[in-house]
Amino acid sequence: MKSKSMVMLRRNFKHIARNPTTVFNAVLMPVVVMLMFVYVFGDAFSVGVDYVDYATPGLLLLAVCYGLGSVAVSVNSDMTKGIINRFKVMDVPRSAVLTGHVIGNLARTLITTTVVTAVALLVGFRPHATATHWLVAAVIIAAFSLALAWLSAALGLAAKTIAGANGSTLPLQFLLPFLSSAFVPANSMPAGVHWFTAHQPFTPVVESLRALLTGAPVGSTAVQALAWSVAIGLAGYLWARAAFRRGTR
Amino acid sequence: MNTSAIAVSGLRKAYGDKTVLDGIDLDVPAGTIFSLLGPNGAGKTTTVNVLTTLIKADAGTVHVAGHDVASSAKAVRAAIGVTGQFAAVDELLTGEENLQLMVDLSPLSAKDGKRVVADLLERFDLTESAQKPASTYSGGMRRKLDLAMTLVGNPRIIFLDEPTTGLDPRSRRTMWTIIRELVADGVTIFLTTQYLDEADQLADRIAVLDQGRLVAEGTPDELKRQIPGTHVRFRFSTVDELDTAARIFADSTRDDDALTLRVPSDAGTKSVRALLDRLDEYELSADEFSVQTPDLDDVFLALTGRTAEVVAK
Repeated sequence: MKSKSMVMLRRNFKHIARNPTTVFNAVLMPVVVMLMFVYVFGDAFSVGVDYVDYATPGLLLLAVCYGLGSVAVSVNSDMTKGIINRFKVMDVPRSAVLTGHVIGNLARTLITTTVVTAVALLVGFRPHATATHWLVAAVIIAAFSLALAWLSAALGLAAKTIAGANGSTLPLQFLLPFLSSAFVPANSMPAGVHWFTAHQPFTPVVESLRALLTGAPVGSTAVQALAWSVAIGLAGYLWARAAFRRGTR
Repeated sequence: MNTSAIAVSGLRKAYGDKTVLDGIDLDVPAGTIFSLLGPNGAGKTTTVNVLTTLIKADAGTVHVAGHDVASSAKAVRAAIGVTGQFAAVDELLTGEENLQLMVDLSPLSAKDGKRVVADLLERFDLTESAQKPASTYSGGMRRKLDLAMTLVGNPRIIFLDEPTTGLDPRSRRTMWTIIRELVADGVTIFLTTQYLDEADQLADRIAVLDQGRLVAEGTPDELKRQIPGTHVRFRFSTVDELDTAARIFADSTRDDDALTLRVPSDAGTKSVRALLDRLDEYELSADEFSVQTPDLDDVFLALTGRTAEVVAK
């Protein structure tokens, strides 16, 4: 069982190496947004601190989110292009197939967030974090990436077509990161949006990362971020498992 | 030859209130090619999916390689190989990596695996393209790679679901040759197809599936006796001409509405010339002349009284 999971994981690593555009895209978008916000719009937002320091945690979150489309797409194409039947007949456990995609995505996320951090440092990001803070930040990023990847895998399984699989992850990629305190403080938003922003999972994730990286008090945000990750991850996992079982036609 | 590789009895499967398989009985002796013939939507793929443990039947018993698919799915999976309707290759991986993936998932040792991969690439004429991603392969090459991947575990029973659908005639012939070689090695093959000639060329026994029921089963010869063979069709311009021609060719069948006459004949030049010479003798000439070989539609017309409905793909 274990070794079959490893084989599946190796397959997904190869996919990433073979298809570097998925890494490139996940890096490109946050970097473009970073340059736009820092050099073009940044002065218009008054956030009380240097804008690049404010926005970098949000850009890390974007780097986590932009890989999710490829999770849904690759899971969906395994299902719709028939290779899944081959795996099933070879007694590959379904958890191994899905875990391969989810862990593969985690590897990609670690690459993209590292690159985004490096670019942020180049354009003037000045973190005040100890090694422990960095480590906790990395754990939160990894946990949130795993959680969203399980959810994306489920979305990919539930979608009928590859285009649909990509489309269903768009809110995770483009809507929720911006409707959080990633780029402007929540209290600067209109009342209804503010309420949503304050209560949705992306906000505690980005707030905890920001606090960790800028040396501010973390408070309960890190715990909230991890709790959300566990909840989303568990829901995504259970949904994916059920959808996988139904998927055999 | 007297042991059954596949034994199916009373197999039923429905999705909601749509019955897909309505009581199927099959018996496939080891070492033979069995072909399930039918149009799109007849239930061929559903049958393959049940026999290969991918879906559960609603009723009936299925034994593959002596094991019950419901209670010993693992043992069944260890004995079979499946090539599905869509070439199930990993497009981002190269041909060689695809085969290696199968080796890694099988109980083969690393050393044996290397040899198996090299042998299969050689045997399927894929050595040259082995380092290229499967996404660059032609349809025929993908099918070959797909089948090669199925063979990695050296399965004794192989399921081929429409292995030549969408292939050009040359790739089809190659696939047929490969299938024949497999049987020569003692493998049992369960093949589904929409093509009568494919079943005729390859199968020891053919079963015809129509809307979830078997409407005929037998050797290709037994089956062909039930359907109109190759024949020549003449179309005349008047009923008089048709009358005269019908008298000349005693065993012919006439269609007064279309003014056509169907005369049994093989399609050889000799027999066709003889037919035309007889028309000449009676100073008859036909407006149209065609040679018709039976296809799936003829089989269905003969067996069910209607043509094969093409249900959405």
